[in-house]
Amino acid sequence: MIENSIGPIPLQAYLIVAAFLFCTGVWGLINSRNAVRVLMSIELMLNAVNINLMSFSSYIDGSIIRGQVFSIFVITVAAAEAAVGLAILLSLYRNRVTIDMENFNLLKW
Amino acid sequence: MNIADSTELICFLILSAVIVSGSLAVVLLENIVYSAFILGGVFMAVAGLYLLLNASFVAAAQILVYVGAVNVLILFAIMLVNKKENLKPIEGLKTRKFISGGVCGGLLILLLRVSITTKWKLPGPTSIGEEATERIGEHLFTDYLLPFELASILLLMAMIGAIVLARRDVTIPKDSINDFKNKKSLINNNIPLLSENSLK
Repeated sequence: MIENSIGPIPLQAYLIVAAFLFCTGVWGLINSRNAVRVLMSIELMLNAVNINLMSFSSYIDGSIIRGQVFSIFVITVAAAEAAVGLAILLSLYRNRVTIDMENFNLLKW
Repeated sequence: MNIADSTELICFLILSAVIVSGSLAVVLLENIVYSAFILGGVFMAVAGLYLLLNASFVAAAQILVYVGAVNVLILFAIMLVNKKENLKPIEGLKTRKFISGGVCGGLLILLLRVSITTKWKLPGPTSIGEEATERIGEHLFTDYLLPFELASILLLMAMIGAIVLARRDVTIPKDSINDFKNKKSLINNNIPLLSENSLK
């Protein structure tokens, strides 16, 4: 049972993968000019957070697994966010006829 | 190291390689349709990591929600707004990319340092393994009941909001709304999915 809880993979390996995924998402969020790709980068970041939550709940909180419940909530919120985000994108596209992020500067002061 | 451990290690290495290279491809590829499909692959690999962590329920939820819903939604959005667009070149784009790359690299180094040097309280309590699904159900209906109900309200609000935002505005003269003939002509009119100026 103890070998089962530790396993051959250290906790840090999961954290490193999640950190890399998160940083890739941040870079894509800043640099994408296509608005759909920005939403995809946000999904990548949410997945990185989920990996962190799941690995902590499995390694440190193995008997209560609050992290798994939390990551289910994160998945729910991500689904809602994707739906609303893509709806906003569609109505923006109807108004502006472009999906270039550089043209969405209506709120610029 | 026995054969189960080495299998687990090999699975982890393959999945993390898929995640790392796939996320880079999602961000860097020129064609956004390829990016969307690779994003589905990344989601599947993340679900595989959850399976390695003994969390079969969350892995199934990940595949159902992310691959089945979010990815399909993204593909539909790409289809609806698909227009070949010659992006205007912006001066200083290269420097912007380098600076943001430096910032993200710094963030990565910071996160790596934190995750490696921190002394985590390992090993924790023994993992419950396959009972995780039952335990999640217990949590959702006892101590996480309020967030669970709030999540349902959130989903309802998101659904209504998405419909309201993405709906096409069909302008009807106000006095002719109740006119039966106009209503029929509106139905038979066969309005295109996108407005005309978006098809240019």
